[in-house]
Amino acid sequence: MATQRISGSEAVIKSLLEEGVDTIFGYPGGAIMPIYDALYDYDQEVTHYLTRHEQGAIHAAEGYAKVTGKVGVCFATSGPGATNLITGLADALIDSIPLVCITGQVASPLLGTDAFQESDVVGISLPVTKWNYQVTHAEEIPDAIAKAFHIALTGRPGPVLIDIAKDAQFAQIDFEYKKCTKIRSYLPEYPVDPFQVKAAADIINEAKKPIVLFGHGVVLGGAEAELKEFVEKTGIPAAWTLLGLSALPSDHPLNVGMLGMHGNYGPNIKTNEADVVIAIGMRFDDRVTGKVAAYARQAKIVHLEVDPAEINKIIHADAPVLGNAKKSLRMLIDNVNSNSHQEWLNEFRACDKIEYDKVISHDIHPKKVGLTMGEVVRIASEKTNNDAILVTDVGQQQMIASRYFKFTQSRSNVTSGGLGTMGYGLPAAMGAKIGRPDRTVFSMSGDGGFQMTIQELGTISQYNLDVKIIILNNNFLGMVRQWQQLFFEKRYSFTEMKNPDFVGIAKAYGLASQKVTSRDQLEGAIQEMLDHNGPYVLEVVVEQEDNVFPMIPTGASISDILLEP
Amino acid sequence: MKQEYIITVFSEDHIGLLSRITIVFTRRKINIDSLTVSESAIAGVFKFTIVIRETADRVEKVVGQLEKIVDVLKVFANTNDEMIYQEIALYKVSTEFLFDSDEVEKIVRNSGARILEVTREYVVIEKTGHSNETQKLFDELNAFGVTQFIRSGRVAITRSTIERLSVFLQERDAMLEQVD
Repeated sequence: MATQRISGSEAVIKSLLEEGVDTIFGYPGGAIMPIYDALYDYDQEVTHYLTRHEQGAIHAAEGYAKVTGKVGVCFATSGPGATNLITGLADALIDSIPLVCITGQVASPLLGTDAFQESDVVGISLPVTKWNYQVTHAEEIPDAIAKAFHIALTGRPGPVLIDIAKDAQFAQIDFEYKKCTKIRSYLPEYPVDPFQVKAAADIINEAKKPIVLFGHGVVLGGAEAELKEFVEKTGIPAAWTLLGLSALPSDHPLNVGMLGMHGNYGPNIKTNEADVVIAIGMRFDDRVTGKVAAYARQAKIVHLEVDPAEINKIIHADAPVLGNAKKSLRMLIDNVNSNSHQEWLNEFRACDKIEYDKVISHDIHPKKVGLTMGEVVRIASEKTNNDAILVTDVGQQQMIASRYFKFTQSRSNVTSGGLGTMGYGLPAAMGAKIGRPDRTVFSMSGDGGFQMTIQELGTISQYNLDVKIIILNNNFLGMVRQWQQLFFEKRYSFTEMKNPDFVGIAKAYGLASQKVTSRDQLEGAIQEMLDHNGPYVLEVVVEQEDNVFPMIPTGASISDILLEP
Repeated sequence: MKQEYIITVFSEDHIGLLSRITIVFTRRKINIDSLTVSESAIAGVFKFTIVIRETADRVEKVVGQLEKIVDVLKVFANTNDEMIYQEIALYKVSTEFLFDSDEVEKIVRNSGARILEVTREYVVIEKTGHSNETQKLFDELNAFGVTQFIRSGRVAITRSTIERLSVFLQERDAMLEQVD
């Protein structure tokens, strides 16, 4: 490729184009102005979305990455612009979301002088990035960006930050781009070891009561088809973590539901009765395991995992299989026997019946006067033929939505899992809609989380992003209130909220909106929202003091899951 | 049971990497007792020698997290008896003690230390050894009065006959080819 003489700023844009980027979320400012100026000439090739806050930009990039499988890209200026990205970086790191964030920095001679809007972004972002790098010479730009994309997307994905000093943005360079495919110190994934696969297959083939626990690694590894083939061949019931949700269709006969603190009754108690646990692309988060000392002690553990640091981190693996989930599963499928475990599966179904009678029926088909979150979720899912993208915030609505929303295709559930970032939902939903304009995208938030990034209604309005926004309003920080009720003698310390007129706010942003307070309005309102061409804000006033059950109290064993208080 | 471990990190030469390495320890509230950084025998590859007191289980997890760092090539953890290691210590004492009696000279001789510099005012003594040895010399000299004292971080070398990193680099190249 012939070289061209261009500015560092233009090199940034051209490098992004070389990586196939056509969407950027960001917010300009002094130290990144040259890059924004270069961007101005590329409006045919790249669409930039101006959010209302840098946190909105990075969560949008996360939502975009989650639904597309591509790298989410965001821009921010130095100092406060960059520090506003930190929550999103931490969120993306713990949930393994591929991001490339580019921040402007003060000119290199000013580094370390406490210059205007200078902050040590590389230092601050160290613990929350997979890799970061500061560019002080324009010549470094193409290689830094190439490396950033390689690192962000390969192996266990994660966020990368490139901080570019303003003088490097201005300087002229001979531009030549070469994609990065290999870094000596970085092995994205281990080649799958046939001996590990064989050892795992031997355990699986002997199992009488096996259970599959699948997580985000299945989605990130693009292993959905292999997961389905594996469970169908072996007849093993499969349960999902919060981030594994939607990797296997909800109505699949071997899908036995959600693991963990507010997961389903069956998969939780049966994990402690299984003789073999096959964990696929999941990391035994404490919300999944409950008390580790009382977790799956009776079972042999098979662990398929791309990140070697996750093997034996929480739960000892009797048969670890290191490597990409798709490749590992492919080899495992060839080594396991066809089987069925009908009696064992029936035990899960018996648990489902208990849970349905005690919890689910009251949640999704309530008889009481007040509206429940569960019925809103059920109707939203039904009215979109269980084929929408669901973006949730954090808290009660997140757990209820994850429990009751149904999915038919992968990459349809977008939520903040590991970090539990309130305010994630609305901006992530914008990114999801931009990434998948062909699909219906719900943003579901509580009144608390919604107000943490409520300003993004401005972005939604400016770009007419067709997000169907549901606010489940109980005038409480519901999950904290639930814990206060159950574990702090109902001492509701600072969890009650006096909320604004959400419909009024939506209207002020030029968005269609309505508020629902009774059951007879609900279905019609959701239909109206779906029929409306464009974004819509639906506030649903729900029961103030409803709780999410089942529940595994902190420190309790998964066997002690509670179906009621 | 906690015991002393020597963690050896081989890395590329990259600004900020020291912080990235140390935060793995600080995040888990593990104190670094000693840290030495220098270029290794392989040009461009840096070597961090880190001493901590921890349980075997925690050490294994720390090694896993360190190896996740993109610019880190390889991490080894060893107990003290698996390695040969030394620290260097410098002591400054007033020159008058040398002349007042032969005690200081005896201490220096018996401990295998050596005198680096003598001026009218002070003497600088150097001793290499394990920290209990350099500490013992400190205690002995301090009976007279040590005016300045400094001890380096640990340097350590394996008892193995091969360079572990060279073997690793060959294996890594093969693996990188394989996952393409």
